Amino acid sequence: MVKASIEARGDLRLTRLTKTYGDFTAVDDLSLTIAKGSFFALLGPSGCGKTTTLRMIAGLEEPTAGSIHLGETDITTTKPYQRPINTVFQNYALFPHLTIFENIAFGLRRRGKSDVKEAVEKVLNLVELPHLAQRKPTQLSGGQQQRIALARAIVNRPALLLLDEPLGALDLKLRRQMQIELKWIQKEVGLTFVHVTHDQEEAMTMADTIAVMNEGQIEQMGSPADLYDNPETAYVANFLGQSNLIKGTISGNDGDSQIVDLYGQKISLPKSRSHAVDSSTYAGIRPEKFRISLLETPVKGNVLSGGKIEDVSYIGVSTQYQVEMPWGQELMVFEQNDDGVAPFKKGDAVNISWEPTFTFGLRGDEDATAGSEVAPEVLDEE
Amino acid sequence: MRKIRTPYLLLLPGFAFLFTFFILPIINLAQTSTQTSVVGGDTGQYEQTLRFANYIDAFVENKEQFGRSFLYAILATLLALAISYPLAYAIAFKSGKYKNVLLVLVVAPFFTSFLLRTIAWKQILGEEGFVVPTLRTFGIISESTTLTSTSFAVVMGMTYNFLPFMTLPLFASIDRIDPRTLEASGDLYANGITTFRKVTLPLSMPGVVAGTLLTFIPAAGDYVNAAILGSPNTKMLGNVIESRYFKVVDYPTAAALSFTLMAAILILVTLYIRKAGTEELV
Repeated sequence: MVKASIEARGDLRLTRLTKTYGDFTAVDDLSLTIAKGSFFALLGPSGCGKTTTLRMIAGLEEPTAGSIHLGETDITTTKPYQRPINTVFQNYALFPHLTIFENIAFGLRRRGKSDVKEAVEKVLNLVELPHLAQRKPTQLSGGQQQRIALARAIVNRPALLLLDEPLGALDLKLRRQMQIELKWIQKEVGLTFVHVTHDQEEAMTMADTIAVMNEGQIEQMGSPADLYDNPETAYVANFLGQSNLIKGTISGNDGDSQIVDLYGQKISLPKSRSHAVDSSTYAGIRPEKFRISLLETPVKGNVLSGGKIEDVSYIGVSTQYQVEMPWGQELMVFEQNDDGVAPFKKGDAVNISWEPTFTFGLRGDEDATAGSEVAPEVLDEE
Repeated sequence: MRKIRTPYLLLLPGFAFLFTFFILPIINLAQTSTQTSVVGGDTGQYEQTLRFANYIDAFVENKEQFGRSFLYAILATLLALAISYPLAYAIAFKSGKYKNVLLVLVVAPFFTSFLLRTIAWKQILGEEGFVVPTLRTFGIISESTTLTSTSFAVVMGMTYNFLPFMTLPLFASIDRIDPRTLEASGDLYANGITTFRKVTLPLSMPGVVAGTLLTFIPAAGDYVNAAILGSPNTKMLGNVIESRYFKVVDYPTAAALSFTLMAAILILVTLYIRKAGTEELV
């Protein structure tokens, strides 16, 4: 039994996984398959259940209901030390009384591996810190400790590597660098990575597949581009980047598109990107997809007229506008500063246009602000 | 100038106190230890003759009590460690919101006098206490066996009296361990026992060293437990020093024994700290 679980390999399968603490449901009937060799991210704000899910996979929490399979092996109740799974902990959790070498060798020694020295040196080279082998963890910087924590986990060649907000304690610049390194190391060693984070940019940079979690459930799962371009719920639309959501009514069909009436102005929305369940809908457009033009300039595609520039923020690479529409809503528009055209001024009367294929449609009964109060940037980068 | 003088001024009261009540008595004790009685003088009248053989005489006469002092102290220390470690571990990691309440309970016995508590043990272990009849019922001790006035009672009393001195440093040390390092150990294929051996125990060593020293040193010099709970056969060095000083009025022997005990404790403690290697610990 012990042998069997430690040798388990294959896809990770969570089936109807639930974890409750008293009245509080941290993870709610979650089912999910993570393919072997992939870089998977669980993304969501604090308290969404992502860390609890990770801890159940690691064996540090016991599920209230449901099962966890690795390949064909059921590991739901297997002890952490009998699972071929290693974790990079949020605060690294290096052993303060052991040298870096012994920290990394810990897992190998417990399993009685030979060639410990060789394996440790190899992984120290991989994380580019071979000169620190004889130091103690407290003598290392945060970034170095992070890499040692990673080395300590991957040296065991686990079937699954779990990363619990591993970059949370690093400053922004170091984090960007580590994101690229982590991705590179994952390709290099070919392990399955499951990464938990509340930083949408981090998840999008690194993961092949992202599952956005909210209140213990998966809100939407897909590639970063899928989630960004075609969000299915207001929560995902607002949590990953920013969105303009405009209330409307589906008034007809035109081939592969729906015609949507937004406060009296008709726009077109591809049917494949519409998630509405009845005629009421929210039309969603990302701020950078909008184009602003003066009233006399002819425009193609979807057009909303009657806008007035309310606010202009020049931020170098782009200019951000707040445009007030006739129905009182302020839309956000990001224009790249790449055409040498002087920016629009506050008070200009403008039209807003965009490619119809960039439009996505959400259910009309949604809360249009869901997910926006927990903007990850605010939580994180201050 | 003023700035340089201030720290010395601050040190002055403490130094004056220690000089008067520690250094001077020690010098006095050293002087007494090599004195001999005045020929034809009164009881308790001694003169300085620098007789260092006093030490040898004192030691040879009281070898047995010496050995007993260290044996009892070591037993009490080990017992206290065995009881305190799980206790401190549970308070640190498993007590949740009751942590502070439990810590207060650990020191609660100090609210009652040391003597009173030791006398209470006499009742507990006595014929009319509940321990002896219970043990007899289960046949663990025979009908004729008593527990008072035995080595057992003395070691138990010492263990009990010094338990908080073991528990508190252990707790402080264990409480500082990041529980995530224990999770990390499990995550890295160590089972519960291995995690304890390789992570928990090494990380709590400062507490183990501090606790054992705080228990062993006073236990080795203790005489109250042996006096109240023991018999003439369980006399420790503290009892000998006490009776030499106050009953026999043999000051030089009492002083020589005090110095020998001090030196022996110092040597043992030094060896122990070397072995435990505290400087290597976090």
